[in-house]
Amino acid sequence: MVLKVANITKAFGGLTALDDVSLGVDAGSITGIIGPNGAGKTTLFNIITGLYTQTSGEVYMENKKISFFAPEALAALGLVRTFQNVELFGQMTVLENVMVGSHTKSSSGFLSCAFKFPRQIKEEKLIREKSMRWLEFTDLDEHAEMRADNLPFGKSRLLEISRAMALEPRVILMDEPAAGLNSRETLQLAKLIRRIKELGITVVLVEHDMDLVMDICETIVVLNLGKKLTQGTPREIQENPAVISAYLGVS
Amino acid sequence: MTKEKRQIFVFLIFALALLTIPFLLRESYLLNVLVFIGIHTMLAVALNLLLGYAGQISLGHAAFFGIGAYMSGILTARFALDPWLVIILAAVSAAAIAFIIGFPILKLKGHYLAMATLGFGIIFYIIFNETVGWTGGPSGLSGIPNLQIGGIIFDNDMCNYYLVWIITIAVMLLSINLSQSRIGRALRAVHDSEVAARVMGINAWVLKVQIFTISAFISAIAGSLYAHTMTFISPASFGFNFSVELVTMVVVGGLGSIYGSFLGAAILTVLPEFLRVFEDFDIIIYGLMLILITMFMPGGLISGFQLLAQKVNLKTKGK
Repeated sequence: MVLKVANITKAFGGLTALDDVSLGVDAGSITGIIGPNGAGKTTLFNIITGLYTQTSGEVYMENKKISFFAPEALAALGLVRTFQNVELFGQMTVLENVMVGSHTKSSSGFLSCAFKFPRQIKEEKLIREKSMRWLEFTDLDEHAEMRADNLPFGKSRLLEISRAMALEPRVILMDEPAAGLNSRETLQLAKLIRRIKELGITVVLVEHDMDLVMDICETIVVLNLGKKLTQGTPREIQENPAVISAYLGVS
Repeated sequence: MTKEKRQIFVFLIFALALLTIPFLLRESYLLNVLVFIGIHTMLAVALNLLLGYAGQISLGHAAFFGIGAYMSGILTARFALDPWLVIILAAVSAAAIAFIIGFPILKLKGHYLAMATLGFGIIFYIIFNETVGWTGGPSGLSGIPNLQIGGIIFDNDMCNYYLVWIITIAVMLLSINLSQSRIGRALRAVHDSEVAARVMGINAWVLKVQIFTISAFISAIAGSLYAHTMTFISPASFGFNFSVELVTMVVVGGLGSIYGSFLGAAILTVLPEFLRVFEDFDIIIYGLMLILITMFMPGGLISGFQLLAQKVNLKTKGK
């Protein structure tokens, strides 16, 4: 198990957003987390990626306890995420955005950068080449020199994925990657996520697009009102009466 | 010409132009103004690294300028220490102070950071004023020796011009290099989206403290040079007004552009001199010009220049 969440509880004042949630993610799998609005999916993501701190419970990555790690420490361990609202570096070019993704994989310091030591020039060239390849991975290479905030929305989602891939992560968490995409773009996204999995990277996604989730996920975790309802294969989830009632409101 | 070659070309022309100016222009008054522009450019570049690249405001940068000036002034005028050694000592001290206060205050964001930096700027201004035994208080500190290397004494405008501008050009070159490296990208990433930068593995807090420290280091060097070229300093040069003037230089010149900082420093140094003919109205015209520049060139003066260069480029390509 590459990622394990054990008994996570998160309370915002009197509101319990997550109540004793546990789940495991197999290495190299695509795992989906679904649930109605307010189920606590994004809260769970924010806790795993170090943006929120949980009230209780632990998070493990490859048996190493990573509870309360800062996002930058998690990045160094190979855990990266994308955002529901797309968080790009808007004033930088598309290529530069991806180059930032190489931050943990490069090491030139202030002196070396200011004086352009030969090693830094070499590293810079390498970062550029690698980043171009990650842009080709999502077919964004022709937009390399464009300012990131000029990209159309669908492409900005792809750029965020390229940037995350440049980190050479072991686990990538995507928060509603299909939100705002049209059906053609969603199909492309499904293909892209499969290709990421083929590279041996574990994918965890929160998603509302059921067709996409059922199509690509091997395991699905259902959250409802802060509690874990069930976990299983797409078929099991589709036939589970508890899931159906949670979504349709039948009791 | 590739982009990289063009950049080197532009820089060489820029540096060469500045280094030949004293041969064409021998008037002492103008050279003196240019020395000031050099010192201001250094300060604006230093602040730009923090404000334009990392996106963190400082309303107290005059304090670091003052620390450099007073340490150089006091240690050379009163204790007769080696001025060159003192410059390094002063820069390291300013950097150390920035490092120590940087950790708590750079946790703050936006207006709160502005208030905190404003606070330390004022604290240092009070220190410069009140420690009369050391700084001479409001009446200033005089008798600061000129710098010298071997037999050359930097006591005339020509010498001071080269002293200041060689260091300024070096600071600009190193800053340009830094801004185009992984560190520069990390700074701009923190500026655009701190949360995304952290997710990409950038320790935003530490990075901000680092650039704040470097910025203070450069500002202190500018302060030392100021003290040695003027040979007299007083607290009025290191107060809140000057901190705001530095921010104005960076914004008017262009946030996140090293050449922009030069432009901003040049304009804000020269403009008050030109506006003297308007006597009492000078401050109104000055303010009006700043408002117009920020309204119509939100990217600063440098963006206007870039637009012009693009147009010229298109025209020549059309032929």
